[in-house]
Amino acid sequence: MTASSLKVGVQLRLAAGDFQALLDALASRGYRVMGPTLEDGQMIYGEIGKVADLPVGWTAFQEGGSFRLEPRPDQAFFGFAVGQQSWKQFLWPPHQTLYQVQRQGAGFHVIPGAEAVPKFAFLGVRACELAAMAVQDQVFLQGPHVDPTYKARREQAFIVALNCGHQDPGVCFCASLGTGPRAAAGYDLALTEVLRGQEHFFVVEIGTMRGADLIRELPERIATPEEVDAAARVVAAVAGNMGRGLDTTDIKELFYANYEHPRWDEVAARCLNCGNCTMVCPTCFCHTLEDSLNLTGVAGERQRRLDSCFSVDFSYLHGGSIRTSPKSRYRQWLTHKLATWIDQFGCSGCVGCGRCITWCPVGIDLTEEVRAIRETAAGVRKE
Amino acid sequence: MTPKRKPKLSVWKFASCDGCQLSLLDCEDELLTIAGAVDIAYFVEASRAMVKGPYDLTLVDGSITTAHDAEVIQQVRRASKYLVALGTCANSGGIQALRNFKDVNDFINAVYEHPEYIQTLKESTPISAHVKVDFGLNGCPINKHQLLKVISAFLQGRPPMVRSHSVCLDCKVKGNICVMVMGTPCLGPVTHAGCGALCPTYHRGCYGCYGPKETPNTAALAAWFSQRLGMSEPNLVRAFRAFYANAPAFRQESEAHDR
Repeated sequence: MTASSLKVGVQLRLAAGDFQALLDALASRGYRVMGPTLEDGQMIYGEIGKVADLPVGWTAFQEGGSFRLEPRPDQAFFGFAVGQQSWKQFLWPPHQTLYQVQRQGAGFHVIPGAEAVPKFAFLGVRACELAAMAVQDQVFLQGPHVDPTYKARREQAFIVALNCGHQDPGVCFCASLGTGPRAAAGYDLALTEVLRGQEHFFVVEIGTMRGADLIRELPERIATPEEVDAAARVVAAVAGNMGRGLDTTDIKELFYANYEHPRWDEVAARCLNCGNCTMVCPTCFCHTLEDSLNLTGVAGERQRRLDSCFSVDFSYLHGGSIRTSPKSRYRQWLTHKLATWIDQFGCSGCVGCGRCITWCPVGIDLTEEVRAIRETAAGVRKE
Repeated sequence: MTPKRKPKLSVWKFASCDGCQLSLLDCEDELLTIAGAVDIAYFVEASRAMVKGPYDLTLVDGSITTAHDAEVIQQVRRASKYLVALGTCANSGGIQALRNFKDVNDFINAVYEHPEYIQTLKESTPISAHVKVDFGLNGCPINKHQLLKVISAFLQGRPPMVRSHSVCLDCKVKGNICVMVMGTPCLGPVTHAGCGALCPTYHRGCYGCYGPKETPNTAALAAWFSQRLGMSEPNLVRAFRAFYANAPAFRQESEAHDR
């Protein structure tokens, strides 16, 4: 294929049988390819060296507080929605030593963390996950305090997006937020997996020149209009079949007028305030810093750790915690995620991936909470 | 500059398996450093030298189950500037606090050939039920890395960094997939972190051996165990009546299902 024909926006057809060539091309450029894989019967994001590392022929059924892996009747590579883990664990490590200190006379000497920046290629990044990266870009890359760890890892990462084709998106609601199921931007290559009869292929859309350079080596051809259409229909079917929805009309006003809504007490009675929702959320970024000194007091270190607004220590200020009740913590989280986040970062903190629903041990569903508040809301404008 | 006097450390045992004070001896790599940083004045399990108090730092292992122990702990407190309770026994009464739910005489009569030799209290109680505890380090047994943090913080004169959130936060930082969402009942969401999420890392549900976290919602967890994971009432009692049976939150929950 000529170089000039491979531009951003061009769609190509890659046979499933040639998928290994994509993995090999990434590996040959020094990328560590990370993607969905099964380990001990659980779906994680791990190293993908060969096609067989993907959960080929597996699907997942998700509901509030429940995730079940089951075999599929076909050999789909990506026949499921997102699992518990998200890409934030690679872009922003949940536990990191920032620096070490060594006592020197009356002062101390700082030894900065000297971590080599891993060069990741993320394989199978859903539209909601791209949206989550865009949110975290706002948090970590905008404003006066850029996070160097996130920045270095984010700039290196090669992104192979995946337009969602999972036909049972039990807890998903990206369509109602406009964040999916089709990847709109922020990828090098975007795949759509098409299975029909004996045919199994991917339509690959070029998102960047870096993506075009990579795909030049692959045994693909320009996709026919019919193949492009088949791919579009896969995604459209998902969009029309979302398990959940979130009405964001006047959502800031809704929350700001309902700090004292009785629903907060009801959800607090069910909420374990365990923090799982925040840990699995692909946009939650709250963390804590822990300083420690060794027994002799001559060496110490500062560690950064992913934290949660659901723990009482999180809001500890001089003299005590300001959010002592579980109710105040749930309200803080949801109000931040869906309302104050907009004031703070100019976008919603929710991307509709549904992780906080599936991975809440007692299945609390934020879409249901918002609906309940909306139905009996105080002081909402009705026009 | 004159060298500072090394702080005097004492370690006391009441009703317990010893596991928590053994955690101190288990600090193999750091043990010599500890011995260099503190003067080990009283630690029967480690040394026959028994130096009298007062002690700067006292570690107490075990619960109070006899009248004699109830007197000794008063003396220990009087001789100690900073007292740390170690583990479930010292902090909640331990597994032996299962007696608190029954008549202890029934156990004595069932177990001992000569029950008349046994002198014990009706209940097993935590150290804090008898004297002021300056810091409680939880676990069954405690985690030696946390013990080192506590000793280190004491030596630096600052509060120990021991966090009281759920086990879930540690699971997620480690990248563990939630065993409960995959179908296995797990006490992690109501249990105090500190073990490094040991059981869930090996795909087992948490047994709650670090006791209740801050503001635990045991009722909501028990309702899910029962309604969604099919746990019977007797098993709900067992789930909450184990290592921290006598901790108020777990005690209340097990009693709610013990009818």
